Amino acid sequence: MSVETPTASKPIEWRRYFRWNTDHKVIGIQYLVTTFFFFMVGGALAMLIRTELAQPGQDLLNGVEYNRFLTNHGSVMIFLWIIPVLAGLGNYLIPLMIGARDMAFPNLNALSFWLIPPAGVLMIASFFVGAAESGWTAYVPLSVTAPMGQTVWAVSVVLLGFSSIFGAINFVTTVLTMRAEGMGFWDLPLFVWGMLATALMVLLATPVLTAGLVLIAMDRLAGTLFFAVAAGGNPIFWQNVFWFYSHPAVYIMILPAMGVISEVFPVFSRKPIFGYKAIAISSMAISVLGLTVWAHHMFTSGMNPALRIPFMITSMIIAVPTGIKIFSWLATMWEGKLRFNTPMLFALGFISLFLIGGITGIFLASIPVDLHVHDTYFVVAHLHFVLFGGSVSAVYAALYYWFPKITGRQYDERLGATHFWLNFLGTNLSYLPLFVAGLLGMPRRVADYAPEFAIYNQLATLGAFLLGISTLPFLYNVIISWIKGPKAGDNPWEALTLEWQTSSPPPEHNFETAPVLSRWPYDFGEKVSPADASEASASAGD
Amino acid sequence: MSVQNTAQDEHFRAGKALGLDHLKLGMWLFVGSEVMFFGGLIAAFLHYKVNTPSPVETALLDVTLVGINTFILLTSSFTVVLGLARAQNDDRAGLMRFLGLTALLGTVFLAGQVYEFVALYQEGVTLSSSVFGSSFFTLTGFHGLHVLIGVGWALATLAKAVRGGYSRDDHIGVEIFGLYWHFVDIVWIVLFTIIYLI
Repeated sequence: MSVETPTASKPIEWRRYFRWNTDHKVIGIQYLVTTFFFFMVGGALAMLIRTELAQPGQDLLNGVEYNRFLTNHGSVMIFLWIIPVLAGLGNYLIPLMIGARDMAFPNLNALSFWLIPPAGVLMIASFFVGAAESGWTAYVPLSVTAPMGQTVWAVSVVLLGFSSIFGAINFVTTVLTMRAEGMGFWDLPLFVWGMLATALMVLLATPVLTAGLVLIAMDRLAGTLFFAVAAGGNPIFWQNVFWFYSHPAVYIMILPAMGVISEVFPVFSRKPIFGYKAIAISSMAISVLGLTVWAHHMFTSGMNPALRIPFMITSMIIAVPTGIKIFSWLATMWEGKLRFNTPMLFALGFISLFLIGGITGIFLASIPVDLHVHDTYFVVAHLHFVLFGGSVSAVYAALYYWFPKITGRQYDERLGATHFWLNFLGTNLSYLPLFVAGLLGMPRRVADYAPEFAIYNQLATLGAFLLGISTLPFLYNVIISWIKGPKAGDNPWEALTLEWQTSSPPPEHNFETAPVLSRWPYDFGEKVSPADASEASASAGD
Repeated sequence: MSVQNTAQDEHFRAGKALGLDHLKLGMWLFVGSEVMFFGGLIAAFLHYKVNTPSPVETALLDVTLVGINTFILLTSSFTVVLGLARAQNDDRAGLMRFLGLTALLGTVFLAGQVYEFVALYQEGVTLSSSVFGSSFFTLTGFHGLHVLIGVGWALATLAKAVRGGYSRDDHIGVEIFGLYWHFVDIVWIVLFTIIYLI
């Protein structure tokens, strides 16, 4: 009520963020803020888990509670944070980057977002009816016998799947049909390539998870026998279906992140990206190859041993396109004029942390190593280096990099650097010791452990709290800078992609005149002042 | 300013770069994801058909009835094509006739499926009788659900035509519905083959 002040004669800006709005920039911000909220929920669950594991013995949570917190930590982080936050970046950036006014299907886009809050509420609220407790992997028969909350969980994940699929339809259609004049496929910013590869993967893999969740829901609610072993049902079938989605999902969570990194390095190195086509093609290669590797999660499940070899080989082949990207980024920085702003720090953090995650992934793809460390903390450490060290670092890089574009204001570099170092140290402290614990044989997903693992767990718990604390300077920075940060100007990083050639924040229709691409987005080398850039886009207007 | 923006809107119009309407492309992508959804359910059906066969229950399937039903559904795809041709000729009455016929044929197909399900339940083939029953009813049931949605869509398209929608230059709505309906038909041909014929 108190907002009805004279200033309210202008449309009250903030209200549109709580309403059905079809502007991709509003939807993008809705995505980013909502998913960051869920990130903090997932983080709180993680800290509860780490508190329980701070010392041997069950003290804070009993086994069932532990399983529930663990399941929802994983599910929230994956389905409500990383996957949708990257979709949120895509939403905000893709139309701007390709010179379009909006997405191809603005209403479908709004629907994609508005599926997320109810799905998130369902997932959290499932704690009131006995939350899901079979891990984010929902292995049967556990997920068939678990209490009511498991059904709610499945509904929530299916809703989020629809959100992803609708988003992917929008991304592909937008990129294929709405590019600015003069923008061919080889002029697309690499973030757009990453999102394109991701969207194709979402379209092919997510519906299969939906089908699998339908089978679980049918077993739970309609008395079907898909996973009832006594009647001829087969739990391994679920694992095949689940990983057919969930291994590609790893690439769904990393390809847009790699796209972000490919935007940051050239801008902060003042050099053209090295191997543009190789990076673009490797994204597409990962999205195709990624569909052929799923059974490497099942080496110990009793699958046909002869089939393990081809899955080992395809899994290891993925290292090739990934390596192409990493070497291209390093070559981009080589002899560049590096600027160590916060986005660059997080991009560098991404490379070093993701590398650890990626290389341990090759260990795990190797059958003999996997048989040894399967279901130990080695796997936990590996996936957190990939998804936290990798994806989350890239999301932070993106949030800092595009903060001036989204808000029109500049964030505080000192707080940004503080955030980076806390985050970087916290990540290493949390997950490096877990590699050791895993190699020594500590099993994952158990509330208790043998005393000999205590030191590694204490370090990891310390790291987890450091990570929790590291979000405080970030939140403070974002909120204060958004309200009263210094004006950033339209193109503070002197970047060449189209989103920087319009005002910050962009006007409702993104560009006053339809942009025509006149130069490649990575033509660095000569200094481009913002004045030149805006001149270029102005002359491109006819 | 706003005048200029209107002029510039031409440049922002979706769907000119690819020579493919963005609605059609979007529908193709959605159909692609639907293929993968049915792929998952079909994989489940085949997996259990191979590993846990139920010859007694399979023998109870009424191939003649479902064969006739298949013919009805295929005919409905034909009527959608005819309806679209009428729309392209500005013949709204013809479009309405064929959309109505499509919805009717779809409904007859659904009635046939309900009849088949009831008969099977009376013979003791149920969702819980065996993994065959589970996967049979889940797969054909989800296809039936898609037909039901398609009938609703046909009626919604019909309602728009009744209110004066669609013409020679504006029949994309009929085409998009047609894409979905043909997809549902093609899925059924696959299901009919793997469930009833092999």
